[in-house]
Amino acid sequence: MIQNIQINLDSNIDLDKALPQPIVRYRNVTKAFGDHVVLKELNLDIMPGEKIALIGPSGSGKTTIARLLMTLERPSSGTIEVNGEMLWHMQHKGKLIAANEKHLHRMRSSIGMVFQHFNLFPHMTILQNVIEGLIQVRKTPKRQAQEKAMELLTQVGLQNHIKHYPSQLSGGQKQRVAIARALVMEPQILLFDEVTSALDPELVGEVLDVIKGIAAKKDTAMLLITHEMDFARDIADRVIFTDGGVIVEQGTPKEIFENPKSPRLQNFLTRFLSDRQSEPYKANKEIAAGNDL
Amino acid sequence: MWDWNYTWDILPELIKVVPLTIAITLAGFIIASLLGVPLALARRSKSRWFSIPVTAIADFIRKTPLIIQLSVIVFVLPQLIGLSLPPFFAGVIGLGIHYSTYLSEVYRSGIDAVPKGQWEAATALNFKKLKTWIRIIFPQSIPPTIPVMGNYLIVMFKETPTLSAITVVELLMTAKELGSTSFKYLEALTLVGLIFLALSYPSALIVRAIEKRMQRRGRSVLTK
Repeated sequence: MIQNIQINLDSNIDLDKALPQPIVRYRNVTKAFGDHVVLKELNLDIMPGEKIALIGPSGSGKTTIARLLMTLERPSSGTIEVNGEMLWHMQHKGKLIAANEKHLHRMRSSIGMVFQHFNLFPHMTILQNVIEGLIQVRKTPKRQAQEKAMELLTQVGLQNHIKHYPSQLSGGQKQRVAIARALVMEPQILLFDEVTSALDPELVGEVLDVIKGIAAKKDTAMLLITHEMDFARDIADRVIFTDGGVIVEQGTPKEIFENPKSPRLQNFLTRFLSDRQSEPYKANKEIAAGNDL
Repeated sequence: MWDWNYTWDILPELIKVVPLTIAITLAGFIIASLLGVPLALARRSKSRWFSIPVTAIADFIRKTPLIIQLSVIVFVLPQLIGLSLPPFFAGVIGLGIHYSTYLSEVYRSGIDAVPKGQWEAATALNFKKLKTWIRIIFPQSIPPTIPVMGNYLIVMFKETPTLSAITVVELLMTAKELGSTSFKYLEALTLVGLIFLALSYPSALIVRAIEKRMQRRGRSVLTK
């Protein structure tokens, strides 16, 4: 991404060709629950393949940004575009009206999400969890779906657990299944909503390593809501700091972590580092090698 | 007072109507189970135009005695719309409708017990509504309700004597008829009681065993 931007800056000649269109575009998006405004006039573009880390204190509206895009919450005002098309609105007889379920269904196919609490289907085995979307939604033949699922389960190091049920796995393993389940649908943009926050500290590393592996390999755009600052620094092309429902500051990891400008971000980073004692996550060699524990 | 010879004489007469009583129970239970599903869904509907009237009707049915509803089916419907059902069918339908309101509550609690995250995961995987229900929600909400459903089956079985009020010849009706010809009610009614006990007590044990097994399975899956 950084390289792309540099190319743009260098060559003003062919702007259309050089400037890739954003795949997601938030325009003046506000979200309120009753009187409580969680997101104020948000403007945000996400470029194809871009990896964005979203940091900020709890209740700063980070999760809402992802949930609006996944169509789990409806914006109070403003618009969200995906691939140049309105997500929550559609044309009807020349007027812009609220999107119906059919429109949302079509738009959702380019978006995926991994949740804080995994949300695996407890009545299905690991393999069934991963192939279910392909079979039910993509209408992929079973054999093909299984092959694809196995490939991804191997990638997250769980190829030996396919017949187990989610309740038989550790939190870290569950989250890796959830990542495989989201990836198998091949979304253009994948949302990670505090995916390590519900994990025991010793299990955080294996999940972050898997995400890093995917980020390096795939050109899927990623929006990562995280409290793991080292991880954000390693993985992100751009770091966005939100507080009180607005984007306070954004920039490269270097800019954000080494040279924070706004007092609020400076404050947040100091508080964060002293609170957490900057627990370094450890690379898990076994997972990187694709072997399971 | 107690006439053993008479007891042995009438026992076969009473046993003869046991299959019919069980048939009424099962047929009524099937109707109640099937009707309970749309009822539960309607009551959970976000559209108030839909959920409020359905809730009101269901509450009305649940909070009025079965015997009155049966009487309406048998005595009022023929006059009102010219629909006259044989007592057996009227009884089965009445029993089924009455208990569908109870079973809809059971389903509803089962559905509500499925965590919100399951719905969200289904949305994130882009499942359509119907697929979400069939693949994700029902498979998780039905199994925990099985023991409660079993208990309702037993309750419905014990409710069948109510159908004697609309001239269905079930156990109580048969016992009364036997008593009225011989003036020996004690033996007939005692036998009816014992037959009910003999059938519902083992059923209750089976339901309890299923419940225990499900609990154990739930636990073992968690600890494995």
